[in-house]
Amino acid sequence: MSNLKEELKTKIIEQLNLEDITVGDIADDDSLFGDGLGLDSIDALELIVMLDKDYGIKLSDPKEGRKIFESIETMANYIASHRTK
Amino acid sequence: MKKVFINGLCSVSAQKTFDNNFFLGSIIEYKDTVIPAVDPLYKEFILPAAARRMAKGIKMGVVASKIALANAKINTVDAIITGTGMGCVRDSEKFVSDIIDNNEEFLTPTAFIQSTHNTVGGQIALEITCQGYNFTYVHSSISFESALMDALLQLQNEEATNILVGGVDELGDHTVKIHSLIGHIKHNPVSTFGMVNSETEGAVFSEGANFFVLSNKAENNYAQLIDVQTYNVLEAENLPKIVTAFLNSNQYSLEEIDMVVLGNNGDVKYDGYYNILTRSLFSKTPQVYYKHLCGEFNTSSAFGFWLASKILKTQNVPSYVMLNDIYPKKMDTILLYNQYRGENHSFVLLKKC
Repeated sequence: MSNLKEELKTKIIEQLNLEDITVGDIADDDSLFGDGLGLDSIDALELIVMLDKDYGIKLSDPKEGRKIFESIETMANYIASHRTK
Repeated sequence: MKKVFINGLCSVSAQKTFDNNFFLGSIIEYKDTVIPAVDPLYKEFILPAAARRMAKGIKMGVVASKIALANAKINTVDAIITGTGMGCVRDSEKFVSDIIDNNEEFLTPTAFIQSTHNTVGGQIALEITCQGYNFTYVHSSISFESALMDALLQLQNEEATNILVGGVDELGDHTVKIHSLIGHIKHNPVSTFGMVNSETEGAVFSEGANFFVLSNKAENNYAQLIDVQTYNVLEAENLPKIVTAFLNSNQYSLEEIDMVVLGNNGDVKYDGYYNILTRSLFSKTPQVYYKHLCGEFNTSSAFGFWLASKILKTQNVPSYVMLNDIYPKKMDTILLYNQYRGENHSFVLLKKC
């Protein structure tokens, strides 16, 4: 699980081009949106595509995403139990 | 009709030109076929949260705009008019590559949103909170001059007081590869000062953003913009006649032109257009060139406009932009002429204030 969390942090930094942020700067329970990393709705779309492309998870209900993308912790838990690749 | 003045400017180019405290103080010499623009410290001008989705062209455009505004001592403008030949080509390439690489699946929105030609103008408007007229001209190597013409007309007719006008283009890997394949980029590297006499086909490609605050109020200005004229095609042998007519239509004679600023890019196939003028009408006129410093791109003529504005303001012409050895006795009136591959010719007339 800790490997998956590190992997997610690296992917988020790279794909969302978070300049000046390193893996070490993101705590597992930091909020990804709002006051935490400050991601926005366009980033949410990028994350949805990432789940589909890299882990074979299709999110059909947008409300579902709100809970999944709360933090690295929630993302990793969801991916671990739903991934198809 | 109101007179139109250049009140502020900034150039981001392959030279360190973005600092208005210097005017080509030192030259970066290259020996290459493609030369990138020198990056300003973007973080000093754009918040990291905003910058993270911006490709180089947008960042160059935003920084050049902000410095030009500061140079004109104003915070915003009535209109933003941008010229670009290729727009945000890096994000366009990324989006199209993603379509192919991912078999038309898994397409993310960022590159698509940022890939349109008018993204630069839009981002500048957001950064300087300008809700006025915002227009982008896309017309190959007269994109900048098209924007300039729009601004000139609006200011002459008092439809606006201050307009931000600029030209911006960025290098994209795939585009460079294609232009190399078809020989529009030189096959062999040439040095900065060997470019104009390289005797080979193609140009040295580059990128940049050159922005100007144009106004019908003369305040701390660089020069007066008299007129702009463009031609999509023209016969080389008609050039002298066309130039003479352009000057006459503005009540200028050939003898009143103190300097010509030419867009020679060292392409042996097309520099002949310039040679026709330098060997006839302007054989005794000081001749200046600039693409050895900034490279070729669709809006590189905006660098020539920047250079001419700086020359008129400082009354100084750096020796390394002189094409012939006739030093100007006075620097009051400058004619700019540019074309790319024999098409999209532009003439711009500037006058010292």
